[in-house]
Amino acid sequence: MNNGGVQMSDESYNREGTEKTTDSHPQTSPDSDTRLEVEHLNVYYGDFRAVKDVNLSIKNNRVTAIIGPSGCGKSTFIRCLNRMHEVTPGGRVQGKVMLDGQDLYGPGVDPVDVRRRVGMVFQKPNVFPSMSIYDNVASGYKLNGVRNRQMIAEKVERSLKNAALWEEIKDDLQKPGTSLSGGQQQRLCIARALAVDPEVLLMDEPCSALDPIATAKIEELIHELKETVTIVIVTHNMQQAARVSDYTAFFYVGELIEFGETQQLFTAPEKRQTEDYITGRFG
Amino acid sequence: MKATSMQRMTSQTDLHRFRVRKLVELLAVTGMVLCAAVSIFFLLAILGYVVYRGASSIDWEFLTALPLPPGEVGGGIANALIGSVLVVGCATLLAMPIGLGAAVFVNEFPSARLGRAVRFMAEVLTGVPSIVVGLFAYALVVQPMGSFSGLSGSVAYAIIMVPIVLITSHEAFRLVPPSLREASLALGVPKWRTIIGIVLPVSSKALITGGVLAISRALGEAAPMLFTAFGNPFWNLNLGKPIATVPMLIYTYATGPYEDWHRKAWAASFVLMMVVLITSVMTRAFLRGKAHE
Repeated sequence: MNNGGVQMSDESYNREGTEKTTDSHPQTSPDSDTRLEVEHLNVYYGDFRAVKDVNLSIKNNRVTAIIGPSGCGKSTFIRCLNRMHEVTPGGRVQGKVMLDGQDLYGPGVDPVDVRRRVGMVFQKPNVFPSMSIYDNVASGYKLNGVRNRQMIAEKVERSLKNAALWEEIKDDLQKPGTSLSGGQQQRLCIARALAVDPEVLLMDEPCSALDPIATAKIEELIHELKETVTIVIVTHNMQQAARVSDYTAFFYVGELIEFGETQQLFTAPEKRQTEDYITGRFG
Repeated sequence: MKATSMQRMTSQTDLHRFRVRKLVELLAVTGMVLCAAVSIFFLLAILGYVVYRGASSIDWEFLTALPLPPGEVGGGIANALIGSVLVVGCATLLAMPIGLGAAVFVNEFPSARLGRAVRFMAEVLTGVPSIVVGLFAYALVVQPMGSFSGLSGSVAYAIIMVPIVLITSHEAFRLVPPSLREASLALGVPKWRTIIGIVLPVSSKALITGGVLAISRALGEAAPMLFTAFGNPFWNLNLGKPIATVPMLIYTYATGPYEDWHRKAWAASFVLMMVVLITSVMTRAFLRGKAHE
């Protein structure tokens, strides 16, 4: 709690839109490559405790998968990493989430600033229907009143390229975002999240509404993105977790049962429950 | 499995039951078609009758001239047309921001007891008789100002419009998927910018429809004008003074002793109805065009 009063001074941009690059983000401490450190996290819906005393560290520029059966609290858990859980009525969080050594739940920390640093992609593509493809990607800036057109245009192009969507839609930027296919819409949502240069990208079952081909594209994308951004992905699909992630956390009824390198966890799990789950004995 | 179900289909009692069900369906559909026909019959009947009584008296003079003294044939309702536009326009300027603002509050703070109370009271307010609203506006504006005025009429209309705007806007906001709001918040957009940048644009069509509904309702109300705008046979653009409005003029003419006045009341009814009709048709066309963008 000692550093709880530290302000999130590092906004990715200011109102005039003279942008700072990701290089200006505080560097991770040299003794560790940990980006996010979760300490004694308890998460509540009213009186119900959905996540129980979770400790977990998420490594820089790696993909961490969260797996577990439905209702095990995995979505609830990642929604705490960018302070989206408290948007839910009755939602309450105890414990610490340290991003580069700063407690995201410290006093004086604005959740709006947290969400600029920790982006999110949701289960179903949630493209803004009132906006064009271009404006969707630019929305992180435009909704916040940023007017620097040239900077925004560069961000939009770069994010669409990073989201592997640019080639498909570069001539249709002014069409409505909702005119795209489901898989394209989800990549548009990824581009939208990437456009504001987040340090961490949370993905809450990003492929659950997509067909296998679109899913493969997103998985490929995750591989490329981890060069520049730390990724936490919730997935129902164990094969997906095995394919895309470096680390895997197994949640069961709100508890973190096991956490480790993906290969280790899938080939030689330490806990009985983990083994039962990954071998398909339940869940 | 298949064989047994086939057998059951063809058995005598089931065939009978199937026929009965078909017959009941036919009766039910006929009944519903009749109900639908009766519903639109009244709209068409009113339209037809007003056209029959009023359309023949419409000419350029009727729309552009001032009323003549009682007994003289000729003259028009230009002052009432402009008066209605002014009074309703001013009421819209009052009611839209208030109704929208309240709807945003009710929608964004759903757990607040006050929000739910506001919504409930808006529903009650839509049921308050418009003549009572007129009396209230009389006490609120006319008495302190010391004279009837267009402004007091606008206040009365606004009181009628606010709950309509509030309820339609609230329903429109409720239809905005929560996932869009979350997407915006997750981008680091504050709540108030999310409301302005996402919730309002996404629901804009329904907001416009609600606004037009409120305007149409006010345009046709005569009762709230009785003790507020009052009416005025002369040309007046000053909202601080008594002013003529079309529904009030219809009331005066229809209850007056002259045959020419009755004719003019029908003609004015025709004009009023056409204005409301054209407004709503044009709104629909505009919104449909927007959907195809």
